[in-house]
Amino acid sequence: MAIYEKKQERKAPSSTKGVTFWIRENLFSTPLNVALTLLGVMILFWIVPPFVKWAYINANFAGTTREDCVSGGACWVFIRMKIDMFMYGFYPSELRWRVNSVYGLFFVLIAAFKYLKSPLVKIALAHVYFIVGFFLVHGGFFGMEAVPTDKWGGLMLTIMVAAVGIVAAFPIGVLLALGRASHLPIIKSISVTYIEFIRGVPLITILFMSSIILPLFFPEGMSFDKLLRALIGIAMFEAAYIAENIRGGLQSIPKGQYEAADAIGLSYWQKMFLVILPQALKVAIPNLVGVSIALFQDTTLVLIIGLFDLLAMVRLSAADSYWLGYETEGYVFVTFIFWFFCYSMSNFSQKLEKRFNTNLR
Amino acid sequence: MKDRKEIIEIKNLNKWYGDFHVLKDINLTINKGEIIVVCGPSGSGKSTLIRCINYLEQFQEGQIIVDGIELVNDVKKIKAIREEVAMVFQHFNLFPHLTILDNLTLAPVWVRKMPRKEAEAMAMKYLERVGIANQAHKYPNQLSGGQQQRVAIARSLCKNPKIMLFDEPTSALDPEMVAEVLDVMIELAREDKTMVCVTHEMGFAKKVADRIIFMDAGQIVEENTPEEFFQNPESDRLKLFLEQILSH
Repeated sequence: MAIYEKKQERKAPSSTKGVTFWIRENLFSTPLNVALTLLGVMILFWIVPPFVKWAYINANFAGTTREDCVSGGACWVFIRMKIDMFMYGFYPSELRWRVNSVYGLFFVLIAAFKYLKSPLVKIALAHVYFIVGFFLVHGGFFGMEAVPTDKWGGLMLTIMVAAVGIVAAFPIGVLLALGRASHLPIIKSISVTYIEFIRGVPLITILFMSSIILPLFFPEGMSFDKLLRALIGIAMFEAAYIAENIRGGLQSIPKGQYEAADAIGLSYWQKMFLVILPQALKVAIPNLVGVSIALFQDTTLVLIIGLFDLLAMVRLSAADSYWLGYETEGYVFVTFIFWFFCYSMSNFSQKLEKRFNTNLR
Repeated sequence: MKDRKEIIEIKNLNKWYGDFHVLKDINLTINKGEIIVVCGPSGSGKSTLIRCINYLEQFQEGQIIVDGIELVNDVKKIKAIREEVAMVFQHFNLFPHLTILDNLTLAPVWVRKMPRKEAEAMAMKYLERVGIANQAHKYPNQLSGGQQQRVAIARSLCKNPKIMLFDEPTSALDPEMVAEVLDVMIELAREDKTMVCVTHEMGFAKKVADRIIFMDAGQIVEENTPEEFFQNPESDRLKLFLEQILSH
């Protein structure tokens, strides 16, 4: 028989902490890792300095004509002179404040979201935002001059197509996911057929169908706006992918959650919207943001049905005979803009995950 | 209907999982305020039986009448029965995305349309009763198993049910936490509520049960008062069962 004294707590040994420890452990732990680290440093050394030299040190920022680009580096003058086209397409310059105020209202919306608690009010407000946004950009009422959608373009179009695509596809996706998980055979088979059909067709085909084949079914003389057709096509396409991601989330919810919700007397819709979906969506956040990022990039496909998004505007501008030869600057610029938006989205996704993490331990 | 004695009537209940006959001709009448303990070896159908009472499991033959309402596949009737029957699960099944308080107020606010303030006051009252009012704003995963199960009991009390079903409420708990949950259950047993507990806690059964039901292979083998049940078991199967669970 022995009785032991209570032991004091001690700090962890210092040899397992600090910068040197981290470097040794992560960069030089084995001969292979040493080789990979050196290779990585070499590649960086090979790429980064020349790029910085081209894009910054030797670059031309000032001026208004191509004659100002003399130093041999990047000619950012081209971007500066064309920036309005990149941002707004052919949208009349004196009316651009309308687009800008929609951007501005977005920040108002975000700020309002911080103070609002009720999710229903939030959803309603977001709808109001989209409707107001559309009417502001489109005009044609209260004496505001109408700007037809074929004048829209550039980054503004890219953002709009992506945002409307995701927002419109989301509720459809949720319903499809619930439909696929449903016990009712008809609803289930409709959902499965829809999802599998759409997922078997490339987006580009859907865009073609919505812009060329769909009008064939309309009566003579009736025509839908081209942008609207593209948006419907994209929303239908995205809905299928969102549905599959949400289904993944639904499957991760233990059966006990459904039973507990049933046992306390919730109806089917209450069970789904109060108990199951909040948890399933949380699980699906990374994938849903992945879909959104992919969509943001896929918006460049609208070029093929004659809509001019950011990338198309850059191409168009680079083909301008006066500015011939500056594609590189244009594409670097587009790359940066796309990277900025996609990176923000993935950052936002990580914040969301943290915020909704209730498995605190 | 006011003063009918029996609150749950199960008549000739039969259930199959595919070809497997889980429940065989179950006949059982439970009176108002009675405390019933159901025990038996695993796979004997005891959980399935009580899960039929609030229609978490569907059955193919027979009849269940809960407080005068016959249980059939009809959304309104199921809803009416679930209003009166609460269930506590083996794995608690709290909603991990909601705080303890929100777990409790969910059903009152959405099903009974109670104002939130009122629902919260009631929830706090029940949390106090199970001794965890100070944890109301935490999330379920921050609590120990015993605390979570007490929250689950409080949640089921929130609809003021006439019948409480317990499906092995202590089986998933660490030994140190079993007592705190049993204490709450004993406390409840002193009240007017009808309780049906599937459990292996024989001490609890001896202390509070009015009747103990022993099930094996999908049927009720023996049914008796606690004294008779433990002292004079009749069937060989029950004798063997008691021998095994009481030998340690």
